[in-house]
Amino acid sequence: MSKKNVKFIQGNEVCAEAAIYAGLDFFAGYPITPSTEIAEHLAKRLPQRGGHFIQMEDEISSMCAIIGASLTGSKVMTASSGPGISLKQEAIGYAVMTEVPCVIVNVQRGGPSTGIPTHGSQGDVMQARWGCHGDHSIVVMTASNHQDIFEITVEAFNIAETYRTPVILLFDEIVGHTRERVVIPEPGEIPLVERLRTSVKGGVDYHPYLPREDGRLPMSDFGSVHRYNVTGLFHDMWGFPSTKPEIVYGLLRHLTDKIENRAGQIARYKEYYLEDAERILISYGSSARSALHVVENRRARGECLGLLELQTLWPFPSEVVRRKCLKAEAVVVIEMNMGQIVQEVKKAVEQPEKIFLANRFDGVFITPMDIINILRVIKGKGV
Amino acid sequence: MAIKDYIRGRFFPHMWCPGCGHGIVLNSLLRAVEKLGMSKNEIVMVSGIGCSARISGYVDFHSMHTLHGRALAFATGIKMSRPGLNVIVPMGDGDAMAIGGNHFIHAARRNIDITAIVMNNRIYGMTGGQYSPLSGVGVMATTTPYGNIDHEFDIVEMARAAGASFVARTTTYHAKQATDLIRQAIIHEGFSVVEILSQCPVQFGRRNKGGSAAEMMETYKTNTTPIGSKAKKENSDLIERGIFVQKDIPEYCNEYDKIIEQAMKGQ
Amino acid sequence: MGKPKLKEHRIERDWCKGCGICVHFCPKSVLELDDDDKVFAARPEDCIACRLCEIRCPDLAIEIITEPEGK
Repeated sequence: MSKKNVKFIQGNEVCAEAAIYAGLDFFAGYPITPSTEIAEHLAKRLPQRGGHFIQMEDEISSMCAIIGASLTGSKVMTASSGPGISLKQEAIGYAVMTEVPCVIVNVQRGGPSTGIPTHGSQGDVMQARWGCHGDHSIVVMTASNHQDIFEITVEAFNIAETYRTPVILLFDEIVGHTRERVVIPEPGEIPLVERLRTSVKGGVDYHPYLPREDGRLPMSDFGSVHRYNVTGLFHDMWGFPSTKPEIVYGLLRHLTDKIENRAGQIARYKEYYLEDAERILISYGSSARSALHVVENRRARGECLGLLELQTLWPFPSEVVRRKCLKAEAVVVIEMNMGQIVQEVKKAVEQPEKIFLANRFDGVFITPMDIINILRVIKGKGV
Repeated sequence: MAIKDYIRGRFFPHMWCPGCGHGIVLNSLLRAVEKLGMSKNEIVMVSGIGCSARISGYVDFHSMHTLHGRALAFATGIKMSRPGLNVIVPMGDGDAMAIGGNHFIHAARRNIDITAIVMNNRIYGMTGGQYSPLSGVGVMATTTPYGNIDHEFDIVEMARAAGASFVARTTTYHAKQATDLIRQAIIHEGFSVVEILSQCPVQFGRRNKGGSAAEMMETYKTNTTPIGSKAKKENSDLIERGIFVQKDIPEYCNEYDKIIEQAMKGQ
Repeated sequence: MGKPKLKEHRIERDWCKGCGICVHFCPKSVLELDDDDKVFAARPEDCIACRLCEIRCPDLAIEIITEPEGK
């Protein structure tokens, strides 16, 4: 491994580099703490490799611009935080409805509203799932350390292309602004999924929204031989608006099934010491760093703790959680919000009464002590 | 008609009301495209939401029916990543100047090579006749049942102030001029705005004693005049038609190409 | 080449919505609406092939065909 691959950089910069590694062609964004560094880094790096960067006039137009660019065949990304993500919801819904691959990074800060811009939280988990109106599905991923940020970001682009969907990367201010050692992989080390384009010839009927047998939807770039319509209205397989019940039902089923039915394939997670764990910690994002510290620390003292670190938050990996927690006496969900993923864990396991929450939402990074205190309470030992 | 080559005929008759000016805008636009001899594959039409926005479904180009007010934002992404495409953006008055006002201002400020056609019927037609920022004082609409109290602004002046390098205005009565202005707007390399006054006999006309579609077009004839005409000097209330701004200034995508060149050299 | 001579008014009845714009603006009063509110050429011999009806039709429903170009 050459020395030049080893870097000591912020998580935000890792994310930007990973996007470039994945083939990013176009970024549109707007400054907002704590995500601004992603835009700044790409403003410099993208034109170096012939890509396009634009700072748009607001968050909404940033999201719209990347959708337009994606339809010309580019791999695209935008980055923001709480208030900006709220603004983008209508356009994210448009990308869901029109099945346009794109990646949206949310470097979470304390909310709601202006909140606490320079401090992290994990308060946007539910918004990432349900922020756009209407029934829909979406893929949301996260990571707790820089090496994983790199891999998960590349994975996000791959999933976006495979399923023709927006993918939200839910990072947070802590991991975004922390500097840590990361090894940038060599080209080819992480496989990339390229844009699947239709092989249907010009003049032959092309259906942009009719899935192939393997479920994939070949695309056609604006400017090439197939002229079709893209609309946020419910539409037929050629992209033209329709209000026919069978078309509305069919499209909505397709949009949700293509993701929910593949929850197993989309699930990414890491496990530590789960085989013999009596009590399991479940966490994600920077909280998982504290959780892992507790597990390593307490195991050295003979406690049988384990950690399930989730990297895919939506579609929620219910089956993984159910299976891994079967034998545990207690499960503690650790997150920096008032309890968002814990609800999903309770729904997933066979004994919801053994699920506990160790959380913090005052703008301070959850500490190992916070987690240990909860473990003591569960054991009946108080703090 | 050769222009029928450019439409998706299977969707005709279109959804616009009898006499709707937007149909005339479509007619004029197709003639401009025909005059230019453009290939259908090189055109992307991006529209927002509203009666105006439905135009994109009827043309046999790459078409994108987006979100209310945001067409120019989508179009910016398309044009920047594929500058060789010809991007045409028809919008309504509310679409472009109310919810879309900010994107209109900045697309003009960037002078990005997009052709914006503002189909101004001074009303929100599709939702049933609410007033728009272009309605004007006294106009009756469903949300101004006692008459509108706020003033419209001048789209041409907005475009000029924001930095658009080609700005023109005409009406559906002046269909030949509309074709010519659209043609010039498309050729122009930079942000082009063509405002076309378009009659809405059903939502605007009926509530404001507009008369029939033809009568509304007659008022476009009597209430407008070429830029700088003698009639305008005698009656300042007349609305001027023609080309207000036409200048050759750096275009956004070309300038960004220079950035790419510079960045790659520094590597 | 001489002035274009009218061959026919080609009218797409399914597309015509009877808005009356072409009738109103025809300089020679050639056109009228029939009982179904569709346009027809009542006095085709008066037509000067100015095409104002064709370019002002919101429905692309009327086309002037001339000879000898047959356009």
